[in-house]
Amino acid sequence: MTRTAWAILRKDLRIEVRSKESVPAMALFSVTVFVLFHFGLQRNSLEGDLAAGVLWVTLLLATVLGVNRLFVVEREQGGIDGMLLAPIDRTALFVAKASALFLYLLLLELIAVPAFDLLLLGPDPLKPLPALIPLLLLANVGVAAVGALVSALAVETRARDLIVPLLLLPLLVPVVIAGAEGTEPLFTGSQTPHELGKWLGLLGLYDMVFLLVSIAVFDFLLED
Amino acid sequence: MSESALEADGLVRKYGERAALDGLSFSLPEGQTLGLFGANGAGKTTLLRVLATLLRPHEGGVRVLGADLPKESWKVRGRVGYLGHEPLLYRELSGRENLQFHARLHSVDESRVEDLLVAVGMQRRADDPVRELSRGMVQRLATARAVLHDPPLLLLDEPWSGIDPGARELLEPLIGKSAGKTRVLVSHDLEAGAAESDLALGLRAGQQAYLGEPNAAKLKELYTAPTPHTPHPTP
Repeated sequence: MTRTAWAILRKDLRIEVRSKESVPAMALFSVTVFVLFHFGLQRNSLEGDLAAGVLWVTLLLATVLGVNRLFVVEREQGGIDGMLLAPIDRTALFVAKASALFLYLLLLELIAVPAFDLLLLGPDPLKPLPALIPLLLLANVGVAAVGALVSALAVETRARDLIVPLLLLPLLVPVVIAGAEGTEPLFTGSQTPHELGKWLGLLGLYDMVFLLVSIAVFDFLLED
Repeated sequence: MSESALEADGLVRKYGERAALDGLSFSLPEGQTLGLFGANGAGKTTLLRVLATLLRPHEGGVRVLGADLPKESWKVRGRVGYLGHEPLLYRELSGRENLQFHARLHSVDESRVEDLLVAVGMQRRADDPVRELSRGMVQRLATARAVLHDPPLLLLDEPWSGIDPGARELLEPLIGKSAGKTRVLVSHDLEAGAAESDLALGLRAGQQAYLGEPNAAKLKELYTAPTPHTPHPTP
């Protein structure tokens, strides 16, 4: 399975590098939203819960764009039929798609978080960054699992653009809560290791549950 | 007599309430070619997709290469070469990259990719993105993809469309009668299709309108006779 998943992932990354359809759109969207907040709120810097909320909601809305595109190439160019005709473990397809989305999210955050710092944090913007990394990484795992599942489901429907946010965003509410709650003290400088551990634990639990659920039901989504 | 490679008994496949295939029954021995004929929308592509395990039969029995569908679909996957209307190639990847990808999915040695690129006459354009190739070239690559894993059953939906006579000569040993495989062949060229077939199945609005000797004159009636339709129920 690992070999097949790697082959599919490598193919997806190669197509993304050439077509530039997902990551640039996600990054551009999030930077634009930060610019809008910067001017819309008429404040030079945000802090506390407002800063955390703006960051996490923007990242998750940008994720919708990536999830929308995740299976499109397979449906539009018949790739899914090619894979269904092959004697492969279909879980490999889920693993590859979730891994691709995980990497897209990492790239998005490499651009979006510094842009957020620059546009919306105060004079010492880089201070909260190290503690933010584990929160983002754990959130990415769960978002990637749920995103791959929702994308596979939505790509079969005519109203894909509508179905993805309607299904995805409610499922990501726990991620926003844990992410924003875990991030808020970073922006006020009042973080304790115990508090951070609590939210990291919640994200870890979310990841585990949704990874298992996604692997269990993904095969059925591909059935006619 | 050789064993049946394909058997259908009362096969039904529906899209919603509409039966796209309605009670088809036929049998095809190994190594022979079943010609599928019928007007647009008759159900030819649906039948190919059912035999390829891409669609589930809703009623009736279907056996492909000895495996009952849909229960034993997994036994059929990897043993069917499917060449449909879509080439199943990624436009951003080159022909070579596409074939290498499919070779990995089918656990086929990558040297086979190079052999096939030569066989379909695409070695010079093998590194060009598929989106830059002509329709005929894409069809050659799609043919290479379909036979990459040397499947015993070929499901061919108008395989010669967009192919020039020179390319057809190249592809003949791969998917033609001389390939010696069991084939299901959809063709709108009645003379050529009948000449390539051992058995003809004519479909009309999903129903079996003809099963027998491939005779172009008889098959022509499938395209000229009016399509039966279900009258609206009176309230």
